[in-house]
Amino acid sequence: MSAIAKLSTTSRMSRRAAISLVLALALVAMAVLVNKTPLGEHTWLRVLFGISALNFTLRATVPLVLGALSGILCERSGIINIGIEGMMLAGAFAGFVAKTSTNHWPLTVSLIFSVAVAVAVGGLMGAVHALFSIRFRMDQIISGTVIIILALGASSYLYNRDAIAEGKFSSIPVPGLSQIDVIGPVLFDNPPITYLALILVLVVHVALFYTRWGLRTRAVGEHPRAADSVGINVNRYRYVNTSLGGMLAGLAGAFLVLEAVGQFQEGMTAGRGFISLAAMIFGNWNPFGALGAAALFGYTQALQNELLLAGVTQVPRQFISMLPYVVTIVAVSGLVGRVRPPAAEGKVYETEGSA
Amino acid sequence: MSRPHDASDRQDGGSQAKLEARKITKLFPGVVANKEINLTLNRGEILALLGENGAGKSTLMNVIYGLYQPTEGEILVDGRPVEMHSPRDAIELGIGMVHQHFQLVPVMSVVDNIMLGTESVRGGLLDRESVGAQISELAERYNMPVDPDAIIEDLPVGFQQRVEILKALYRNADVLILDEPTSVLTPQEIDGLFDVMELLRSQGKSIIFITHKLKEVLRIADRIAVLRRGEMVGEADPATVSQEELAAMMVGRKVTLEVEKQPAATGEVLLQISDLQALTDLGEPALRGVSLDVRGGEIVGVAGVQGNGQTELVEVITGLRHAAAGAVRMNGIDMTNAPPRRITEEGAICHVPEDRHLYGMVDAYSVADNLVLGSYYQRPFSTGLTMDPQAIAQHAEELVQRFDVRTPSVRTLGASLSGGNQQKMVVAREFSRPIRLLIAAQPTRGIDVGSIEFIHSQIVAKRDEGIAVLLVSYELDEIMALSDRIAVMFHGRISAVLPRNQANRAAIGLLMAGVHPNTQQTVAADTIEND
Amino acid sequence: MAIAYPKVAFSRTLRALLIPLLALLAALVTGAIVMILSGDDPLAAYSGLFQGAFGDGKGWARTIRKTIPFILTGLSVAVAFKVSLFNIGASGQFVMGTIFSVAVGINFAGLPVFIHLPLALIAGIVGGMLWGAIPGILKVYTGAHEVIVTIMLNYVAALFGGWTVYAGGTQGQTPGPLWDETAGAISETPDVLASAQIPWLFGPPYRVHYGVFIAVAAALFVWWLIFKTPLGFEMRTVGHNMKAAAYAGIRVNFTIILTMAIAGGLAGLAGAIETLGLNHKFAPEFGGAVGFDGITVALLGQTHPLGVMLAAFMFGALDGGASKMQFESGVPADIIQIIQALVLAFVAAPLIIRMIFRLRQQPLEEAASTVSTSWGGS
Repeated sequence: MSAIAKLSTTSRMSRRAAISLVLALALVAMAVLVNKTPLGEHTWLRVLFGISALNFTLRATVPLVLGALSGILCERSGIINIGIEGMMLAGAFAGFVAKTSTNHWPLTVSLIFSVAVAVAVGGLMGAVHALFSIRFRMDQIISGTVIIILALGASSYLYNRDAIAEGKFSSIPVPGLSQIDVIGPVLFDNPPITYLALILVLVVHVALFYTRWGLRTRAVGEHPRAADSVGINVNRYRYVNTSLGGMLAGLAGAFLVLEAVGQFQEGMTAGRGFISLAAMIFGNWNPFGALGAAALFGYTQALQNELLLAGVTQVPRQFISMLPYVVTIVAVSGLVGRVRPPAAEGKVYETEGSA
Repeated sequence: MSRPHDASDRQDGGSQAKLEARKITKLFPGVVANKEINLTLNRGEILALLGENGAGKSTLMNVIYGLYQPTEGEILVDGRPVEMHSPRDAIELGIGMVHQHFQLVPVMSVVDNIMLGTESVRGGLLDRESVGAQISELAERYNMPVDPDAIIEDLPVGFQQRVEILKALYRNADVLILDEPTSVLTPQEIDGLFDVMELLRSQGKSIIFITHKLKEVLRIADRIAVLRRGEMVGEADPATVSQEELAAMMVGRKVTLEVEKQPAATGEVLLQISDLQALTDLGEPALRGVSLDVRGGEIVGVAGVQGNGQTELVEVITGLRHAAAGAVRMNGIDMTNAPPRRITEEGAICHVPEDRHLYGMVDAYSVADNLVLGSYYQRPFSTGLTMDPQAIAQHAEELVQRFDVRTPSVRTLGASLSGGNQQKMVVAREFSRPIRLLIAAQPTRGIDVGSIEFIHSQIVAKRDEGIAVLLVSYELDEIMALSDRIAVMFHGRISAVLPRNQANRAAIGLLMAGVHPNTQQTVAADTIEND
Repeated sequence: MAIAYPKVAFSRTLRALLIPLLALLAALVTGAIVMILSGDDPLAAYSGLFQGAFGDGKGWARTIRKTIPFILTGLSVAVAFKVSLFNIGASGQFVMGTIFSVAVGINFAGLPVFIHLPLALIAGIVGGMLWGAIPGILKVYTGAHEVIVTIMLNYVAALFGGWTVYAGGTQGQTPGPLWDETAGAISETPDVLASAQIPWLFGPPYRVHYGVFIAVAAALFVWWLIFKTPLGFEMRTVGHNMKAAAYAGIRVNFTIILTMAIAGGLAGLAGAIETLGLNHKFAPEFGGAVGFDGITVALLGQTHPLGVMLAAFMFGALDGGASKMQFESGVPADIIQIIQALVLAFVAAPLIIRMIFRLRQQPLEEAASTVSTSWGGS
């Protein structure tokens, strides 16, 4: 019985991986064809597979995958984090304030400093979420909501509409690789946070599944009592992970302000934190799965953008703009019984000693 | 022969003492869980700690394992007083514990579970290979083979228990605490466990064996300590003491170990299950074609190790789980996949669920509301558009009286009752309805002996009224005590149905493990060989 | 045999009020600290706030006017909480209610008030119910978590609302179906017909309409529904223990969908009342925040319908006084948002309040609510 159960689980997993792989290869093939052959003369194909669409996809993917990694870190340790949206916004705002106050510094120094501030503030929000959820036993979904409302309120209260951030991160082409046709300009000619996000996917994957910290994190999220019974401090892992998760969300905010847009706008995260959550779920709490899901959602955002620019359809623009949100709903709805969240998620872990 | 035990006479445990607990008192808000308990464990012995549910055994062990801090008293290891603030301290002192509910992460491998907390790391990454090799070596030495790469949830319970024991041994435990280790095992697996325990003892390990099962205590223990209501009531020598004497020590009064009942007067078939199939929550097959008839006036006991489809069988019968194929007929009416309410009303069925907190009651509801959980919409509890709290309270007062539910008031929250009274509350609600069919799953799990006796007598009374009873229990003793016929469930099938007088523990044990015994007693149509 | 214990009930009510009041107090104090840290004068701000909310007849009118939608969106969130569902979608349901009621309100000229107005209100309820039922249906049949779905539907509803009143133009897109042709390039609907407007209780300059009674009636109805009817018993049972509910023969799936629909209907009614009573038309920027505030109002009201009314009144006063506060003291009105978030934080974590005010914990006290069900759960 166990062998059968194991087999069916693995085959299910590998089927999903295989589908993703085939889709990715098909997309690359289409991209190459569209950009190198006369196929590119078809407007629709250019909209769907042009370099611009792919570039936009990657840009839209970065905050989503960072948000999803943030969610993975928190939830793998057992803390539900719907506050990613707020942590992202707080990070974005903090990065903006840091940038505007250091406009007179050399650009690179000022930008790196601002990223650090954004990450720190995101981490702080994560720590607050952990404090609410663990120390004060607040319902984790409500605590996340508090974080969001707090970030929305504080960023509007403190926002100085006259402040302007001067300069943002620019692309750093990877020597050699950036010369490759199609793939080069899309993947290897990007600003630093984009590279960092992609590297972080691998880092989180390795850390989660091949290190002591990862093993303990997952144990804490699946079966905290088992972890406790072998002497692991459950709540310490939850504090650390939720703070780390907040830092990643802060980095996503920094990306928005310091790399993508260059300025802050009120409520500029526009639901990205929530779409990140959907990406995390869709990716089954695995970093690479989350990357795939984030890329899918990023692609729908790119598509929305390209369709509006190209004007190839009579569908009202508002309906085209619904695309990312509708795709997110469809994605989280198509998963009945197929995802398996960490078992202890959302539950307070109380030992006898804790107050 | 049991001898009353003076609290002070073992204070100086002598040079043999591996572990000693002195005057341990543990208070929880409103409860004295342990009161001035003295306990000595000698090197290389198996000490049985006997007591009924709620006697304070687990609390005491959690104190010894560092999970709880004692309110008063001290622990000595090798004659030296020690302070333990967490299990980590206990582990370092060579104390290992196999919990009643396994402390294993189901989705992780054996290796990961065993090294968790004491990981081997090479170059920053987990060294699964060398740990796996060490585990295999340990497994061989103690004759407990297990695949280090297997995922825990894919392993049968008996194997999971091995992993728990190996986990303690991997941490070089000299003292092993086994908390109710036999409750999940088949008789043959219990034999295997006892062999392992004897092997461990012969290698100088000391074992505390926690249980409420008298027979097992007499078989394996070198010494028996009995706890009752948080107090140590005495020690006994397994060579001289009898089951009856132990039972009396454990409960504090004389108890009848056998359930008294008349021969069954069976009537027509009231519950007919044919070729029933269903899936688990994760989509794996749980029932692979179950067929069973239950007649009026008989108790059919379903025996088997937990996780062989019993939970799903009860859920499908009561309408809580979808049947993928097959049929359920009650009183001759087809009830396959009918909504639970129709099954309750037309099937005239009542259901004492396996897990009362999960299904049977709403913790945050008062006793009165819990007692109308299935009938709140009927008169007199609801009239027209609104509910009638007066009628609900009155109904509750009656049932609380009749079923001896000890509660300060019917407005008390269900959660604040003791386990036994909660279960009596569930039984009161279910048994007070006009029924023809009774489904009782684990009706006495985790409750005190008095409540067990009461519920058993109620079940037998229902049977004598001509009601068909399907009893599901993981406790073979309970099945043997109550059933008129015994169906053994294994791997989603009924592997045999035996009349009680032809059933013996050994044969049922083999069937529970999926082995078909070569006896003449088998009358099952469906065997496991065609799997 | 049931004996009433008025004394117990009274002290329980007091206790239920204690935490929210202390939470409000703690939030105001923390808000003051924030103001001091950012160089503002909290005393001037709070006195301006109080003047703005209760200083004169207009202040009271503003407070009451703002209270109405808070009652209804608060009820919307609270009803869902009772069934352990988290409705973050009140914003979207509010917008859909607005659109539906406006669609009825600007059409059907010639209908008498006693038909047209109820029809427009009902349309608003229906719009909200439909929008609320979607996450319920998806949760039941696909396991999609209502938090994500309701959030996404908020964005979809906002875009949909934008389309219905879109003035057209860009890339030759045709105007939306509810757009007011006389408005030129402005994207908004025409005014609803007089026969679909809720009459003034106190006309301009006070501008308080009869909708206040509808809101109070809705709160009383929800209280009756939840605590007095078998359906309410079913809802509460599902909320406490879904499995026990199924075991008791309750149709859990139906209850979840119905609850989300009721929650949506209440938020939709809020939108309808705001439109038919106050704005008299719809433009894309209307609505939104009031749905999110419903979460705080619901929790501040301890998810009890009558508590929600009180909490809504407090929020109405905060919002009503905000602009006067900004005018009088120069403190940005956004500070109110921070205070509201702090109220939510303190009220959702009674432990913080207990720690600050050194209160003893009551045994077996129920948490404000628990909604943290895992994402995969259906």
